[in-house]
Amino acid sequence: MDRAKIKRELENLAAEGLPAEPPQEETPVEVQTEAEGEDKAKPKAKKDEDVPRKNGLIETEYAKRGTHLDVQINPDQVVKAAEILDAEGMTLEMVTGVDWLKEGQLEVIYDYSYPGGQLFRVVVRARLDRNNPDIPTVCHLYGGANWHERETWEMLGINFVGHPQLEHFLLPEDADFYPLRKDFKP
Amino acid sequence: MNELIRLLSYMICLAAFLGLNLAYLGWVERKGAGHIQRRTGPKDVGPYGLLQPLADGLKLMSKQLIVPANADRPLYMCAPILTMVPAVLLFVAIPFGEHLVPREFSFGLLMMFAFASVGGMSILIGGWGSGNKYSLIAGARAVSQNVAYEIPMLITAITIVMITGSMDLNEIVRQQGGYIWNWNVFRLDKSILMPVSFLVFFICSLAETNRTPFDMGECEGELVAGYHTEYGGMGFGLFMMAEYANLVIGCSLTTVLFLGGWQSPIGIFPGPHWFLLKMYFLIWSFVWIRWTYPRTTFWGLLNLSWKYLIPFSLVNLLLTALFIKVF
Amino acid sequence: MSSLAQSQLRETFELNIGPQHPATHGVLRIKVVMDGEYIDRAEPILGYIHRMHEKMGENRTWNQFWPNMGRLDYLSAMAYNHCYAGLMERAAGIEVPERAEYIRVITAELNRIQSHLLGFGAYIMDLGGFTPLMYAMDEREQILDLLESVTGSRLTYCYFRFGGVYNDIDDDFITGTRAFLKRFRPQIPMYHKLVTGNAILMDRLIGVGPISADMCRKYGATGPVLRGSGVNYDIRRNEPYSVYPELDFDIPVYKECDSMARYMVRMDEMVQSCRIIENALNKLPEGPVMAEKVPKALKPPKGDYHYAVEAARGTFSMRTVSDGTNTSYRMRLRSPTYSNVSLFEEASRGMLLSDALAFLGSLDPVIPEMDR
Repeated sequence: MDRAKIKRELENLAAEGLPAEPPQEETPVEVQTEAEGEDKAKPKAKKDEDVPRKNGLIETEYAKRGTHLDVQINPDQVVKAAEILDAEGMTLEMVTGVDWLKEGQLEVIYDYSYPGGQLFRVVVRARLDRNNPDIPTVCHLYGGANWHERETWEMLGINFVGHPQLEHFLLPEDADFYPLRKDFKP
Repeated sequence: MNELIRLLSYMICLAAFLGLNLAYLGWVERKGAGHIQRRTGPKDVGPYGLLQPLADGLKLMSKQLIVPANADRPLYMCAPILTMVPAVLLFVAIPFGEHLVPREFSFGLLMMFAFASVGGMSILIGGWGSGNKYSLIAGARAVSQNVAYEIPMLITAITIVMITGSMDLNEIVRQQGGYIWNWNVFRLDKSILMPVSFLVFFICSLAETNRTPFDMGECEGELVAGYHTEYGGMGFGLFMMAEYANLVIGCSLTTVLFLGGWQSPIGIFPGPHWFLLKMYFLIWSFVWIRWTYPRTTFWGLLNLSWKYLIPFSLVNLLLTALFIKVF
Repeated sequence: MSSLAQSQLRETFELNIGPQHPATHGVLRIKVVMDGEYIDRAEPILGYIHRMHEKMGENRTWNQFWPNMGRLDYLSAMAYNHCYAGLMERAAGIEVPERAEYIRVITAELNRIQSHLLGFGAYIMDLGGFTPLMYAMDEREQILDLLESVTGSRLTYCYFRFGGVYNDIDDDFITGTRAFLKRFRPQIPMYHKLVTGNAILMDRLIGVGPISADMCRKYGATGPVLRGSGVNYDIRRNEPYSVYPELDFDIPVYKECDSMARYMVRMDEMVQSCRIIENALNKLPEGPVMAEKVPKALKPPKGDYHYAVEAARGTFSMRTVSDGTNTSYRMRLRSPTYSNVSLFEEASRGMLLSDALAFLGSLDPVIPEMDR
């Protein structure tokens, strides 16, 4: 496991996925999910705007966040990111889905950790359109992603394209709702 | 007329003996298990829980008989009875004392084996008739197990027949008279492998009675309750009782063939008390083993029989023949 | 595979193991396609005890979510308490007094011993040996009594608080724990003598259910499963939390990758937990057990937070997304058995039924924690 290499490759990957127009800031230091000390100097108004974070890599402070690298990429890049991390011997710990109702987006968060001794946690996140939540599966790389993605699908309705078995898992077979979506009314 | 009265009284006594055994072996097992496991076992019903078997019996009898929807009804109903029949029948040939034997057959040993194999079939019938996949697997396992273990058991018994020259159980016991070294276990002059041969017979009777570590027909960790998964009430009760009846039969046969039956180890006071003492000692060792050992796999079970016990018993047979011929 | 299984005359049938079955430790269901005694495909089906803890996390305030932590893995609930406490302390920046951290470690390790004891007993019972369970239960009762005296509950603990623990331990607990350790230590060699050395048990465990280290990595398997595959990975060492760095203990690792290795890891972990407890009791500082100035209505800053602990069955980690209010925006619970059992389908292919159940037992699943 080579921390610098992972960081470099993920940074490049995130840069590839940036929209064509030049970014306003050089390094995408973000705002919305960032509440670190260095950001405190920034205008408070900006924080409250809830602007979705731009693609890019952030080095987070472990003591505050519990993770070392936090990278946001486009949905179609998650397989590439998984390949980079798989080649370095990282393991996929969990897949989380978050519903951002206000932004009209769904977020998929992949938590990677390193089982080889060194402490290194990487978070890969991708935002999807809420009306068209398609994201490629990483099942073929990580067998353990199968159940996690299946659960995320059934709880949030995120469609993992290429998943071998998107069937109901924890919920009853006739459940036609997505309970973790914020607009779910029981 | 005299003979008829004698047979009738034997029947009554046997039924009482059997009933008492079937009820109280369950108690012995639970109590034994309790003490092996640092607890007391049954203690609430009667002093020392002695009335527990009666309470259990009452509970089982008062239960409704439920036949599963896709069971084969005739087979399902007759299996528990069928498993009881040979177990009860076999007591006829067992010599409890020199003159205390219901019926002396000159071919008693043969009869024992002939009827004992019916017990295995009844397990298959019960497993098949239940219409449950677990029961079916268990039934199939139990039959292949019975077939596998009957062979070394028979071969070992044949060595005894060769030594004594008789299939009469009482005659076999009579020839082991005198002192402890005249018992077949210690007849090293007939075959030096005799003690090991006893062990083979013991393991086989453990397997034949479907007891742990060979309880493939039941194995509740895998097959829920095996062949009697679908049985409740007295159907289950009969299977349970047949298990204990088989236990008594198996231990009696081992006692007769190897441990000198009613013969005394010190040459004085031979009689039924010696027989019972030896038999119950063996039964206790069965209980002990059950609560100490985990279960083998089906594969390990068949491997043990076909790869070790059968070749060994064949070697023992040849050796015995050689010893008898040469010395 | 037997030649019969490979032959053309394959006739398979389906067998539903569970939801009620003695070997599944609860309400796990495994849909097995059997080919005689061999398994063609075994698919675990979950959800029979699904309670949607993650949604509860979104509906309750941070404090109200505490009782849920005792109801995930009811066998090592203390580690789950620990994770939630650590997570929120990280999010809200609460400093925990040292004594509280020591108490957390002591109770969590007692809980781990208790969990492994039951795991050991229940596992042998799966294999047909009933007696070890009773011995394990006997020891387990002592631990439950001890924990009950400080936490007030026997199984579903809700003992930790943000910034410390609810209740200080007293001298009775300390002497009781020392007495327990003294009594318990000689028991483990006895278990090894009575149970581990048994020829039948060795026959059933050695070489059964091999899981390679790489397979563990792919499936995210952790805890004794991973350490039984020769990977020295334990959150207590690799991602130190609480006061674990100050205590000395070893991480048992076995390279055999089979069920026996996983069983031995659990047995050795009990010994190490004893060491940790004894060490922590010796070092136990005086002082308060609750941080001062912990707000009643906790409002951690916006952002998402991650925390991981070593529960008895592996890495338990939580990720929470906070939107700055007094409830969570999203609460994600990553339970170790969920990942551990997910490899069952692949690993059990072509196994004998009895071996597969021995293998499942060696993963030591706790169903409420898988279903959440």
